[in-house]
Amino acid sequence: MRPDLQLDAEGRLRHLLSIEGLPREVIERILATAESFAGVTERDIKKVPLLRGKSVFNLFFEPSTRTRTTFEIAAKRLSADVINLNIAASSQAKGESLLDTVANLSAMQADIFVVRHASSGAPYLIARHVKPHEHVINAGDGRHAHPTQGLLDLYTIRHYKGDFSPLVVAIVGDLAHSRVARSLIHGLTTLGTGEVRAIGPQTLLPTGLQALGVRVFHDIRTGLRDADVIVMLRLQNERMSGALLPSAQEYFMSYGLTAERLALAKPDAIVMHPGPMNRGVEIDSAVADGPHSVILPQVTFGIAVRMAVMSIVAGGA
Amino acid sequence: MSLLIRGARVVDPASGRDAPGEVAIAAGRIVERLERPARVIDGHGLVLAPALIDLSARLREPGDEYKARLESELEAAVAGGVASLACPPDTDPPLDEPGLVDMLRRRARALSRARVYPVGALTVKLAGEQLTEMVELAAAGCVAFSQANAPLRDTQVLWRAMQYAATFGFPVWLRAEDAWLAAGGVAHDGEVATRLGLPGVPDFAETIALATALTLARATGVRLHVCRLSSAAAVDLVRAAKREGLTVSCDVAVHHLHLSDADIGDFDANCRLEPPLRSARDREALAAALADGTIDCVVSDHTPVDEDRKQLPFGEAEPGASALELLLPLVLRWAAERGLSLAEALARATSGPARVLGVEAGRIAPGAPADLVLFDPQEKWRVTREALRSQGKNTPFLGHELTGRVRATLVAGNVVYEAR
Repeated sequence: MRPDLQLDAEGRLRHLLSIEGLPREVIERILATAESFAGVTERDIKKVPLLRGKSVFNLFFEPSTRTRTTFEIAAKRLSADVINLNIAASSQAKGESLLDTVANLSAMQADIFVVRHASSGAPYLIARHVKPHEHVINAGDGRHAHPTQGLLDLYTIRHYKGDFSPLVVAIVGDLAHSRVARSLIHGLTTLGTGEVRAIGPQTLLPTGLQALGVRVFHDIRTGLRDADVIVMLRLQNERMSGALLPSAQEYFMSYGLTAERLALAKPDAIVMHPGPMNRGVEIDSAVADGPHSVILPQVTFGIAVRMAVMSIVAGGA
Repeated sequence: MSLLIRGARVVDPASGRDAPGEVAIAAGRIVERLERPARVIDGHGLVLAPALIDLSARLREPGDEYKARLESELEAAVAGGVASLACPPDTDPPLDEPGLVDMLRRRARALSRARVYPVGALTVKLAGEQLTEMVELAAAGCVAFSQANAPLRDTQVLWRAMQYAATFGFPVWLRAEDAWLAAGGVAHDGEVATRLGLPGVPDFAETIALATALTLARATGVRLHVCRLSSAAAVDLVRAAKREGLTVSCDVAVHHLHLSDADIGDFDANCRLEPPLRSARDREALAAALADGTIDCVVSDHTPVDEDRKQLPFGEAEPGASALELLLPLVLRWAAERGLSLAEALARATSGPARVLGVEAGRIAPGAPADLVLFDPQEKWRVTREALRSQGKNTPFLGHELTGRVRATLVAGNVVYEAR
């Protein structure tokens, strides 16, 4: 067995690379810490000095606006200095290797690297090569993991539903290419969720998904029955036509979340979406903006969750 | 020079002999008796066996000298007890011209280490479109023709290539993988790839291509050797084809006897191999099929890769592992796990591949070439970067302790490697 990259010898979170493998207590501690930060974000002066003097490098090898921005806001609220690097457009284009880029930034005294990369596993490679005082937070690697998104989804569910054990959570759409779904599934199973369901056509569900502790449904009506939480996944444009799906229209017809389908779930079900949404493709506007939707609160919670993760790995909070 | 090795346990897989004895060598060959040997080697406590024959070892010349060179890799071969090796044509440029093959063989001969048997490209530039000049390549020394790991999408071209090779009696060596199904994949399509978010190569990418290759072999009568079986389903297909009487042989890479996709762990790029490591069930089927003879031989599939091309996210890393020096201990480990005799086990890396290659080495008998290995079957050693002579340090076994170490290797009666 290889040594655990995420946890140090005392079981403290050193890097956040994936929710998989995190003990339940660590997840619960992140969620509890996030809750304490939720208050900060509502204050007039939205700052705490926990990471004063520390440098957070946002290393985005793949373009992103939303995730990068929320990490930036979270770091600033912790009083850290934030440096945004859009690597896709600079070093990599000049042929510099991933590890060389990281070594160079490390020489500029970084404390936290927030990494997004198109290849699954890239943050692991970086975590293996950083100095002992440096921390890596995965902000999305390929199809593998997006742990802070997973944690904010867990936070949202807990906020509205409390205990996980009686819950039925249905995740709908393109699980094959979704790092969001993988992270959420690991989090839900670790926290003892009653039932986790995956709903989608065979072309969008990866092989052996059941092994992650998920019940698979191809029919959305059966899959949504009595669900407490519905998580709609974004369908990337490039997957909307071709060998995976014939068209966005047909996808909406078969798997789009409409008010009529939502009615099959529990009356108090919540609807989540990691964003950005394709209205009329995976979700009907009436649902996205309706009373069951908690899509915007997810974004707000995302800041508190990212503050919690950064303060725990680097600030000893 | 004449030579006598005595005191060793002599294991000859070809005849099944396994007894203490001595082996005499004169003029590069094994002889019945020797009056006054020029040198005597004491083999007490050691096993003397035919040197290993490896049907797949990349030497990286020409073109990829920064990854490895003939000097380092042939040194690694003899340090691993390998006296004969076939090198795949996926060099840069590929082995598709007689001049390249000729140069490679000259270079190898000049180094007088292991014997090198080039495998020629089946199609020009391995592009899968135009046949190579197989007759000229064979005259230059190619022992078979192959696409290595390059895809051959056009079944019409494959059919014609097999017909053409069969016309002249040339063997065709193919790795079975449907190029469309494998496109973009970097790991076995299964639970591990799903968990790690790695694009998968389903096992039916192998069986579909294998069914095609077997069908065409049946139609053309070509001598087909299937390279690097990776799945239980592929083993079943080969077993059925052999039962029906088709002349087909096959091999498995030594990694696939010991590792499965679970060993990828946290994205260990040294486990990025072609074909991909599959499930534990597949691994078990391969190990069993090698034992029962459905799979004829085990190969190192030695692929030295430089650090820069391995220090990358899993899917971007260059596939392959350095293995010439691990072949013997890993074969011994497989034999111990399956309860096989030493002779049975070594057959898969000596007499078995000798048959596929059509060479007279791989046995201990008067008249046979004196290609021999003397090894300590009990000696333990740790796989470290320093311990490996190959320029490629890329192996999933880095840091592992293995049992079985080569003490000396002879090629044509010359001691080309001796451990200190």
